[in-house]
Amino acid sequence: MNSAKSTVPFKGTPEQEAQLLSVIAEKKDTQGALMPILQKAQEIYGYLPIEVQKIISNNTGIPLEKIYGVVTFYAQFSLYPKGEYTISVCLGTACYVKGSGDIYDKLQEKLGIAGGECTPDGKFSLDACRCIGACGLAPVLTVNEDVYGRLTVDDVDKIIAKYA
Amino acid sequence: MKTLEELNVVRDSLAGEVALRTHGNASSKYERHVLVCGGTGCTSSGSPKIIEKLNEEFAAKGLTDKVQIVKTGCFGLCERGPIMIVYPEGSFYSRVNVDEIPRIVDEHLIGGNPVKEFLYEETVDGDDIKALDDTSFYKKQHRVALRNCGVIDPENINEYIGRDGYQALGKVLTTMTPEDVIQTILDSGLRGRGGGGFPTGMKWKLARNIVPDADMKYVCCNADEGDPGAFMDRSVLEGDPHVVLEAMTIAGYAIGAKQGYIYVRAEYPIAVERLNIAIKQAREAGMLGKNIFGTDFSFDIDLRLGAGAFVCGEETALMTSIEGNRGEPRPRPPFPAEKGLFQKPTILNNVETYANIPQIILNGAEWFASMGTEKSKGTKVFALGGKIRNTGLVEVPMGTTLREVIEEIGGGIPNGKKFKAAQTGGPSGGCISPENFDIPIDYDNLIGIGSMMGSGGLIVMDEDNCMVDIAKFFLEFTVDESCGKCTPCRIGTKRMYEILDKITKGKGTLEDIDKLEELCYHIKANSLCGLGQTAPNPVLSTLRYFRDEYIAHVVDKKCPAGVCKDLLSFEIVKDSCIGCGMCAKQCPASAITRTDYIAPGKKLAAMEIDKTKCVKCGACIASCKFKAIIKK
Repeated sequence: MNSAKSTVPFKGTPEQEAQLLSVIAEKKDTQGALMPILQKAQEIYGYLPIEVQKIISNNTGIPLEKIYGVVTFYAQFSLYPKGEYTISVCLGTACYVKGSGDIYDKLQEKLGIAGGECTPDGKFSLDACRCIGACGLAPVLTVNEDVYGRLTVDDVDKIIAKYA
Repeated sequence: MKTLEELNVVRDSLAGEVALRTHGNASSKYERHVLVCGGTGCTSSGSPKIIEKLNEEFAAKGLTDKVQIVKTGCFGLCERGPIMIVYPEGSFYSRVNVDEIPRIVDEHLIGGNPVKEFLYEETVDGDDIKALDDTSFYKKQHRVALRNCGVIDPENINEYIGRDGYQALGKVLTTMTPEDVIQTILDSGLRGRGGGGFPTGMKWKLARNIVPDADMKYVCCNADEGDPGAFMDRSVLEGDPHVVLEAMTIAGYAIGAKQGYIYVRAEYPIAVERLNIAIKQAREAGMLGKNIFGTDFSFDIDLRLGAGAFVCGEETALMTSIEGNRGEPRPRPPFPAEKGLFQKPTILNNVETYANIPQIILNGAEWFASMGTEKSKGTKVFALGGKIRNTGLVEVPMGTTLREVIEEIGGGIPNGKKFKAAQTGGPSGGCISPENFDIPIDYDNLIGIGSMMGSGGLIVMDEDNCMVDIAKFFLEFTVDESCGKCTPCRIGTKRMYEILDKITKGKGTLEDIDKLEELCYHIKANSLCGLGQTAPNPVLSTLRYFRDEYIAHVVDKKCPAGVCKDLLSFEIVKDSCIGCGMCAKQCPASAITRTDYIAPGKKLAAMEIDKTKCVKCGACIASCKFKAIIKK
């Protein structure tokens, strides 16, 4: 399986940086500000590459290694850009016992990428997630904000085709 | 609002409106109320479009002033979503389709006759329509924590006040000392609903007294509901966010804190949005902020979002995360009551625990203690999921048996399959086998049978689920989520996963099972936090009740449930095969060929599978309409 992870160069704009700096200025004096700043930064850039972490470090005084430690600890922070469409398959227990594992396998096969990766054309990225709480619709997957429920393996092709 | 009298004015102006939705015969400005579920489950299955369509129809047909549309929280029966209820009749429309709306509007909202064919079947009894409370799903439920979910508009503080919201806070601040509050909670017998079951009042008492001269204390709410398959906290936050704010403020008064934090999963966008709205409204109404109810007590609450780490549900890890660090747990003692958030005395309670507090204050400790079992008082919310008819959220008194929850409320197992196990407590809990079905559910009984209450996820499994595979599934989760700080959890769970993987691939030995069991006890005894200490539970409980399944994998190299692919073989039953050849067309490995054998009564020769070529994908089984292919 090929991975697109390291091939995308950082393309941050001055507007994004200005936005980030104003977030930092607003939050940096509150207790425990790092997490909220990182969450906003990821909203602005879509991911948290080292370049963004450096901006945060330089403007908050928090050492870069601590920021990197926090970014890599939490599943929601991503060091790599996401695809245009992020497909998340719920692998929570309720979905798993109803076969979401097979759906996840099928998507990996279909897209030719492993979980956590992005297709080379930047179109799709695939993630496993833990319970989005729509257990009544199990098994469930989401494509960006759209939720698809009560799925079978055969639905995978149709869903991908919708976005391709 | 600065006084109870002002609060009562708001309550009285709304009481009729919200009462219409609970007992029907109340005075409302509107002829009818249409309640549409705006919880995550129903939103995912399309409730926003229903509201849109209703608005459109109302505008066209002049109903806007006659019928009120209320977007509520979760009704509980997620299986039947999207759900819409019309009051005063209490008509329960399930799996509502946008195309059905015009008819419902014309015949019911204008004509006054509920459209029976769109109603939840169980409420239709010949010509009669049964009340929702008489259906098997709702009959045995008793809603305390969920009392406002599916009744009020969570984005409107006044509706909450109309259901006696903030009365408890008013009572506490104007008539009770902090000691009285703590004593009431102690007397009620309320125990932590997040899983541990520690007495809530005791926690508060410690936090009040242990550091007498603390300059700052904190009240935290654990809304990091990471246990996969559990969604009761999310439903409370989505359906009744103010109850959490009110309870935290009461807790702040009781322990002497000025600041609260709610740590909520970022995966719950609707809950986050409603909490933000609720906090803003509570500040504007004077229920949060300085000098609440004109007293010298001040309290405020901030939200902190998690970022997808299961371990942050552990109390010390959660606090470390709020401080802006990697969410790693720290050793206890010191306990948070002494040194918690930012090294200050802190209490941390779970969402569902808080949701009980205002009711305990208003109705008294005795009322609460009259429900439940000797050592577990009150009710418990369970998220029913998996192989069960009525997936959804149920709240029952402690002491209800698993059989009642699964068979009566849950409606049993679909598709005529046999019940195999119920899993409670998520990755920290265990699997319960049918022989323990009649044990009353409470904290101590569940621990006695090798599981735990956990946050209340209840996943039902049938004969098609392999218990070794389930144990492996949970271990994969734990390996993924282990923070890596302590060795027993970081390395131990990984080794457990490897042994389980080996067993599911047919390479395990009896010795592996012994090793696995021994490893479980070491990890339990030596891990730093609850995550590691409970991680072996899924394995231990499946070993306890389903050991024969492990043995089958190891000795007979078979997976009795037909899940573990490496142990399966596919076979065509030649006498059932009509020779249509559909399976051969579907087979990606070209492993299916025609034989010379024509079964009696059939026209074409039967097919067969070359086991050396078969990749066990199961495509042939799915393609065979004659059930002639079996896996074993």
